[in-house]
Amino acid sequence: MSIVTIERKVLEKNDELALQNRKVFQQAGAFVINIVSSPGSGKTSILERTLEHLKGRLRIAVIEGDVQTDFDAQRVAKFGVPVVQIVTNGGCHLDANLVQDALGNMDLKGIQLLVIENVGNLVCPANYDLGEHIKVVVASTTEGDDKPLKYPTMFRQASVLLVNKIDLLPYVNCNLAELKANAFKINPTLKVFEISCTTNQGIAEWCRWLEQQVQHNYH
Amino acid sequence: MHELSVAQNILEIIQQHVPESEWTRVEKIRLKIGASAGIVPESLEFSFQAITADTALRHARLNIESIPFRIHCNSCDTTTENDAGWAVCLHCGSADTKILSGSELDISEIEVTEPELEML
Repeated sequence: MSIVTIERKVLEKNDELALQNRKVFQQAGAFVINIVSSPGSGKTSILERTLEHLKGRLRIAVIEGDVQTDFDAQRVAKFGVPVVQIVTNGGCHLDANLVQDALGNMDLKGIQLLVIENVGNLVCPANYDLGEHIKVVVASTTEGDDKPLKYPTMFRQASVLLVNKIDLLPYVNCNLAELKANAFKINPTLKVFEISCTTNQGIAEWCRWLEQQVQHNYH
Repeated sequence: MHELSVAQNILEIIQQHVPESEWTRVEKIRLKIGASAGIVPESLEFSFQAITADTALRHARLNIESIPFRIHCNSCDTTTENDAGWAVCLHCGSADTKILSGSELDISEIEVTEPELEML
């Protein structure tokens, strides 16, 4: 019996491509966020409200990831920002290679903020670094308050938690304090914003914070 | 669900270390997978078997060592393990902790029966 010692990361190929993407982002001076959540949490609606709010304040571009259709890219394009749609054709997550391909169809020159909307999935995207600066995880009140405990890997990797559909709190079985407590058990340093895309509650605060990150990235 | 693409990555790494002519001699591929790596070992084993079924690697099996999710608490200076992935100290409740392990997804060794193996 002979043993070949390897000691390599299984996803090192992805990590290498993510590093290349990171250099591209750095050269362009773009701050990059990777938005993740389960399907239907409101990622695209949050993006719409964010684009609306930051219009004329930041130069933004978007990469949309979906299993099928370009519906989301169409929604985002209405805001007059550059958008590239990645259709994964069944793939359950974006990886650094797909993002690199998308970057080939996008001019990052002058872009200050690049938003990558991942495929709706709280499991698989956690393993794939895209080269982003931060992950933003969305949990909506309609999903209950136990999501962070059920999907700890994703909540651990995120820097920001957007609690969406906060306006529905009176009608759904979700204890907000419990949701936040659960998130902090997994990730004590999470930055939390409570938002609603229907009433715009919290959108200004979230966008202000995002703007600060972009400014910080510049200097 | 992404275990299939993880299995594909494992196959690519094997290709880089063992020439295809030696594949029938590959017995085990040792992996270290953290409890909070987001990988289901059974799914990964199934996926690996599925993509190697028609190759000379069809008798090779994954040998998965599970690495616990382990944190060290800076407040009470204790090290604890929990597979639920909690980053707060289970002893004193402090959030001032450091994650020591649990997110590994590493390939460590390939076991090959004799005779000779040419390492690339």
